[in-house]
Amino acid sequence: MAKNVVIPIGPQHPSLKEPACFTITLEGEKVVNAVVGTGYNHRGLEKACEARSYLQDIYIIERVCGICSHIHSTTFCQSVEELAGVEIPRRAAYIRTLMAELERLHSHLLWLGIAGHEVGFDTLLMYSWRDRELVLDILAMLGGNRVNYGINTLGGVRRDVTPEQIEKIRKVVDIVEERNKYYVQLALSETTLAARLGGIGKLSHDDAIKFGAVGPVSRAAEVADDIRVTDPYSAYDEVPVTAITDNHADVFGRTVVRVLEIMESVKMIRFCLDNLPDGDIAVKVPRKIPEGEAFVRTEAPRGEDAHYVRSNGTDKPDRVRVRAASEANWHGMKHMLEGDYLADVPIIIAAIDPCYSCTDRAIVLDNHDTGKQSVIDWRTLREYSINWYKARGIDTGKIKIADSHLIF
Amino acid sequence: MMKGPGKITGEVLRHVFAKPATISYPKGELVIDKNYRGKIDFDASKCIGCKLCVRDCPANAISIENIGTKEDKKMQLTLNYAHCIFCCQCVDSCNKDAISFSPDIELAGINRKDMIVKL
Ligand code: SF4
Ligand code: SF4
Repeated sequence: MAKNVVIPIGPQHPSLKEPACFTITLEGEKVVNAVVGTGYNHRGLEKACEARSYLQDIYIIERVCGICSHIHSTTFCQSVEELAGVEIPRRAAYIRTLMAELERLHSHLLWLGIAGHEVGFDTLLMYSWRDRELVLDILAMLGGNRVNYGINTLGGVRRDVTPEQIEKIRKVVDIVEERNKYYVQLALSETTLAARLGGIGKLSHDDAIKFGAVGPVSRAAEVADDIRVTDPYSAYDEVPVTAITDNHADVFGRTVVRVLEIMESVKMIRFCLDNLPDGDIAVKVPRKIPEGEAFVRTEAPRGEDAHYVRSNGTDKPDRVRVRAASEANWHGMKHMLEGDYLADVPIIIAAIDPCYSCTDRAIVLDNHDTGKQSVIDWRTLREYSINWYKARGIDTGKIKIADSHLIF
Repeated sequence: MMKGPGKITGEVLRHVFAKPATISYPKGELVIDKNYRGKIDFDASKCIGCKLCVRDCPANAISIENIGTKEDKKMQLTLNYAHCIFCCQCVDSCNKDAISFSPDIELAGINRKDMIVKL
């Protein structure tokens, strides 16, 4: 029998433009073993939060993810508001919901394009990214930036929505709805797409529960788990939400769930605009937050996002923990990849809509021989990598190790 | 759905005459919403030197200094826009409206030292 071949996919550009390494063992073209290696993009955000005030932390937390920036800051603000015992005005809750749904629109359109690209359907990438651009313009208009909208603050939101802006949002939402009808039709009836996506990356109902999958990955396996329905936050107690589920339990199912969710988001955005209550957009939150701990869950475009904040009575948090949705979906990845073909690996990875940097939290080295753990600092890591290349005959003579990675 | 070459021809023709979805940059005109959070502006005459902005800046990107005398105060804001994350929290924190944001986003440079500006 032929020997199994081990192929490392990544850490540079493993199907998406973010770092992770998938070690794939092949028997012929079939994947018999897959090891998911994340941890290349640890940024120390949680630790950085402990050194800054709650207000400053919003902007750090917003940068956890480059796509679901709003939902992260919403979750964090909600945790702090819970600790401080304040309730945000209804108008602020509606604006948060509006932003969250606009974010879902752009995130799902982004994913649709990437999925199209992964399966060689680049026209879909061009189409959906063109439409996504309209949504990004709206988000920039409302928040002031295309990615980090910065609309959340402790106790509400920073910017109000004006009647002219509402008109603009309505126009864009109409266009997106019209174009998305085409994508829904495409996902449901285009035979090439169904043949390419159907039956790969299977994660059954039971497996989705076993591996703790969240968001569209679990909903595609008929697990009706949507925090907006099960544990409503912001204005979701009033905004009608339908959790979209599907029974395919594969990449095709995840596609269907996402395109149908775009339709749901469109409805929710209209509801928010129609029923936007009058009133203040923020209440005052004290700088010092009373002692306690809060755990808040929200529904990010990729699934359940959970934040834990512990306060010690000062103006800085004692501990902040972020569990992004992608982190939960990685656990089932090995199972999804095994048994499929090498050519399906990129789209199976992309189908959970992974966000690598949201997942990476800390680098701890486990020494299997001694059982000891160690944490490596920047300088040692740099030295280690230079020596690693030197040992392989690569001339590193010109590289100098700076004393600090901070230039200023 | 999508049957026959007729459908494709229609789609092709529509796109030949449609306005491009992208803009030509840097040659074309850059359209930035007036609400966009770009580089901050500073009005020294309104500033009282309370340093609330410095306290709330998440990126340690600003400092406020009195370059006048104790009696005749003249405030100066030093901004390092290589560190600034354009969150505009300083604008919100200032009670005197001394800091405002502008849609100025063309800030690229080749020397990091040039990015420390006195406003
Ligand atoms: S918060 Fe306003 S008034 Fe106070 S130092 Fe800053 S710019 Fe000046
Ligand atoms: S915009 Fe934000 S990062 Fe920049 S100086 Fe103001 S507070 Fe600091």
